[in-house]
Amino acid sequence: MTANAIIELRKVGKWYNSYHALRDVSITIGKGEKVVVCGPSGSGKSTMIRCINRLEAHQTGHIIVDGIELTDDVKAVEKIRRKVGMVFQNFNLFPHLTVLQNLTLAPIWVRGMAKSEIEEIAMMYLKRVRIPDQAHKFPGQLSGGQQQRVAIARALCMRPEIMLFDEPTSALDPEMVKEVLDVMTELAGEGMTMVCVTHEMGFARQVADSIVFMAEGSIIESGSPAEFFENPKSERTRQFLGQILEH
Amino acid sequence: MSKHSSADQAPIPTAPVPPAHWAASYEEEPTQASAPPQPNGMTALKPFGWAKDNLFNTPLNTALTVACLFLLWLVVPPMANWLLLNASWSGSSEACREAAGACWSVIVVKHRLIFFGTYPYDEQWRPFLACALFVAMLGASGVRAFWRPWLAVAWTLTLVGMGVLMWGGVAGLTYVPNDRWGGLPITLMLSVFSIALAFPLSILLALGRQSSLPAIRTFCVGFIEAMRGVPLVSVLFMASVMFPLFLPEGVTVDKLLRALAGMTLFTAAYLAEAVRGGLQAIPKGQYEAADALGLSYWQKTMLIVLPQALRIVIPPIVNQFISAFKDTSLVTIVGLYDLLTAATVATTDPEWRPYFAEVYVFAGLMFWIFCFSMSRYSQWLERLANRYTRR
Repeated sequence: MTANAIIELRKVGKWYNSYHALRDVSITIGKGEKVVVCGPSGSGKSTMIRCINRLEAHQTGHIIVDGIELTDDVKAVEKIRRKVGMVFQNFNLFPHLTVLQNLTLAPIWVRGMAKSEIEEIAMMYLKRVRIPDQAHKFPGQLSGGQQQRVAIARALCMRPEIMLFDEPTSALDPEMVKEVLDVMTELAGEGMTMVCVTHEMGFARQVADSIVFMAEGSIIESGSPAEFFENPKSERTRQFLGQILEH
Repeated sequence: MSKHSSADQAPIPTAPVPPAHWAASYEEEPTQASAPPQPNGMTALKPFGWAKDNLFNTPLNTALTVACLFLLWLVVPPMANWLLLNASWSGSSEACREAAGACWSVIVVKHRLIFFGTYPYDEQWRPFLACALFVAMLGASGVRAFWRPWLAVAWTLTLVGMGVLMWGGVAGLTYVPNDRWGGLPITLMLSVFSIALAFPLSILLALGRQSSLPAIRTFCVGFIEAMRGVPLVSVLFMASVMFPLFLPEGVTVDKLLRALAGMTLFTAAYLAEAVRGGLQAIPKGQYEAADALGLSYWQKTMLIVLPQALRIVIPPIVNQFISAFKDTSLVTIVGLYDLLTAATVATTDPEWRPYFAEVYVFAGLMFWIFCFSMSRYSQWLERLANRYTRR
């Protein structure tokens, strides 16, 4: 797996002032692998994936994405951000732009693509997330599920090699969770490398190659879904699974 | 490109129809025809019923209504008499002395002085034409259909044309140095140019205030706080009297230009604080989304942050514009003749001196026309900007 590793975290540490958010986090993710990160709130799972595209800066250890090490070097950060797409809990669509403009903005300005070319590609992605008819509306006119699918399409328009999902369904009404998970499942089937922080254990079981369980800033255990759900190694994991699978 | 057909999957609700309550927020302006019937019987057919329900419904409201009517009766008829009914509209100052009301003849006689100050009398068609051109362009710039690249070309031509008209010295026009300019052209040019220059400067200041570079941040905070800490009069005085002392011998900067610079810097400091309010209202997620897409700092600022931030602060920005427009009357202390100063000069004629109130009412009306237009325009702009974004 290490041979074709695309994301590598080595003993990554991060503090918010005196709060120790990440403690020696090490993980290697191979190309095309789907990793689901779970854990109680405050366990550092969001912080970890936000370090991968440097929305947060780590303080110790190394993060290497597709052969480039993340440092203070702005050029390296820009290079990596072009390869890494991200989907947020609160969608973070640009409310002053139409759906289509949300999709085409970064390819035009960052990749220098022609407007007509990227608009065609953007419409294709909107079809894939099943909302081509909403292209000329503004984000505020869409439902939460639709907005999140637009956000996924927006990230895909940059042709990323890696997709990060930071609790993509946590802000959605329950009836809209499925439409977003379906799009993510479809994407997984196409061989995209995905790192997904989520509490959707059904999705994890169905899609993940491996599941990482974090608590208090450390990775407690990781393994295949079968191992993780049927035979968790640590007491902490059993406790967590007991809590979230109860209801 | 889609490698999966959706046919073999569980049926997915494609694009569910939005609930009805959204429809209202994004449809074109609702037409009057579909407006719901007005509440509490407020129809034109029952004015007495409406008055009874709203003005006389409790003893206190009845007392307040009666008191207000009494006040209006005290104020409105004498005012109307003075302003209109008993006013003298033309003729000499003798006719005014006999009339009980306002003497508007003073405006008829002195309007050239009020509008154009000490600009050579026979050449005053030039500032008139320049002002007309300027106001027409300002009006045209407010129309959405004209927001095209050629508007910039039109503005360049207008400014050149105004310069030619005001200064002259070419095309057979006699040269008029700008210390003879006065009245409306000074007020309009000083206010519009200082606002136009202060606005971009204020955005830079507001961004600089949030910069992560300590030197830039300190400079911007220092500048803003220094400017906000002193009255405009003292800024103008510094620009006019002290600034030339720092210049090397023989170098002079035009008085009008110095006043313009002072007003610009002062307005920029206030505007910067309004813009900062908008910047702070943009959620952190917007910055993160822009970062995650790989946008650079300036791309993020120009494409994502400012378009949203400036929309939010249209009301305080226009407030500042209006304030700056009125503040141009303070340039009188550095010896420039704006509209209000020219009006004051008009009252110094012994023959018309008793009628200074009319002159100031007229000057006030001129200021009000421009300020009220700005205020109405900003309301329209706000509606346009917030048409589709629910915040």
